[in-house]
Amino acid sequence: MDAGQDAVSIAPRSRGRRRWRLSAQAVSWLQVSPLAIILITFFALPTLIFLVVSFYDYDRVGIYPDFLLDNYREILTSPATLRVYLSSLQFAFIVWAITLFLGFNIAYFLVFHVRSRMMRTVLFLACAIPFWTSGIIRTIAWIPFLGRNGAFNQMLQGVHLIDRPLDFLLFSPFAVCVTYIHLFTLLMIGPIANSLAKIDPALLEAARDAGASRWRTMVDIVIPLSKTGIALGSILVFTQVMGDFFVVKAMSGGQSASIVSQLATEIQAMQYPPAAASAMILVLFVAIMVGGMMRVVDVRKELVR
Amino acid sequence: MMAGGSRAGDPRERRPWPFYALATLMTVFLVFLYGPMVVIYLLSFQGPDGGVTFPMVGTSTYWFAEILKPGQMANIPVAFGRSIALASIVSLVTVLVTVSAGLGFRRRFPGSGALFYLAVASLVMPSLLVGFGIGLGFKLFDWTPDLFTSALAAQLTWTLPFGLFAMFAVFNRFNRAYEEAATDLGASAWQRLRWVTLPILMPGIIGVGMGAFTLSYDEYARTTLVAGNRNTLPLEIYALISSSTSPTLFAIGTLTTAVSFLVICTTLAVILRMQRRRAARARPA
Repeated sequence: MDAGQDAVSIAPRSRGRRRWRLSAQAVSWLQVSPLAIILITFFALPTLIFLVVSFYDYDRVGIYPDFLLDNYREILTSPATLRVYLSSLQFAFIVWAITLFLGFNIAYFLVFHVRSRMMRTVLFLACAIPFWTSGIIRTIAWIPFLGRNGAFNQMLQGVHLIDRPLDFLLFSPFAVCVTYIHLFTLLMIGPIANSLAKIDPALLEAARDAGASRWRTMVDIVIPLSKTGIALGSILVFTQVMGDFFVVKAMSGGQSASIVSQLATEIQAMQYPPAAASAMILVLFVAIMVGGMMRVVDVRKELVR
Repeated sequence: MMAGGSRAGDPRERRPWPFYALATLMTVFLVFLYGPMVVIYLLSFQGPDGGVTFPMVGTSTYWFAEILKPGQMANIPVAFGRSIALASIVSLVTVLVTVSAGLGFRRRFPGSGALFYLAVASLVMPSLLVGFGIGLGFKLFDWTPDLFTSALAAQLTWTLPFGLFAMFAVFNRFNRAYEEAATDLGASAWQRLRWVTLPILMPGIIGVGMGAFTLSYDEYARTTLVAGNRNTLPLEIYALISSSTSPTLFAIGTLTTAVSFLVICTTLAVILRMQRRRAARARPA
């Protein structure tokens, strides 16, 4: 090999190129700039706009630049706000607990128990495929299933478990929870499976060899190592429920409204300033909750390496 | 790629009891997941005189034919075409922007933290509010909202963070030794990207593209306030729900599921073929 000559012939070229070379940081900036520009223009700016509009004055004809706190005062002093926030939080908490239980166990099963890679892919896809059907259709799919004469009631009556159809199944808080779980469990499975897959199986073997019980291995090794996935899944499920607009409307039978569906009514009535103010409150609320979760788990450190 | 089979140990080893417990849970979950779907698939073949609940009054494809009649209630085929077009654009933009950003995020740079949290914020923003903000902005500047401007933008604020986080997962599995080897062999930065990094990441990139496609294709809450006067399929479906209840909705559900299925199968086939070709090439002749 004539390595020396190669080096000589390459060296001047690379030196010539160095003049054009950007610093590593500049390259990174260029690479992330499309993302930054899109997010700033279409996310940060619009948010700023409705922050500004939330202080505006309005009447039936239009909105007028002003600096009023009335919009906020009205929302914060109305008992309806408290009620709708409490009911949304209640839904969020129940749905979070159940999807976390389901998501964690299913992800654990897929990653650690299923032996063939083919089988794992097939099962994972089986969980993911309903996600590819419109959420609206998946929501109304529960109506013929849970209704008075629905498939579920007929099944229960068929095996003589009950003799009258159950009424609480449809158009009730129960139906809302079931639909949420149906819609959002995958958001838990995905991130958790991703962090479980990064755990070195040798660690689990080492724990077993050292005499740790299944429970201890789970509590001291698996759960700490998968907490990024758990946090990410929780954030996704929580924000989806808080931002929901359709499910409560379609499945609760008019017994309760969601925060966003109330907001949508105001938007349709062109009452932009109060809508913007209640949007701002919701955004702050979600931001504080998510911020809290991200304090517990440093999602960024785990994701960006 | 990942070591697949070794994870679970010796196949002859007896299964511990949690296996059976979790397998049961998995089965129950799948039944829960597919139960209502199967009901709507069945009901979409309801006879012409049947309604939205059981019992079935004969079977027919009447409700599928109903979808295709233009102008009857809503123009489903046209809306479907728009949804596909919009989702393709969203998917393409998402892939280009997030691959590039994923590359950028591999180094720490000033402002990387701020951008990361901006993406998180954009992801967790209640969806209707994104459309509301963009709609207000357009109103302020006296622009007309349209499917391929404001609605596209609203959807990107959702697919980009999603794609970015998926990209992080893809890049995390990538072994940088390949890039170093390419550099040592004299590859330029561009050659390294084109012939080493991108081909290795390709299955992940296709996955992100497919994910963005479906997120956009199903999107309702972000789009509804900014779509202008041309509706996407989810918007049409929503309008249908409030105006009528007939098995047409279920027929649409069955049809969209079939389309999604086709998309997934095609994508998987492409990825599988790519992996097989690569494996064949890697094998010594």
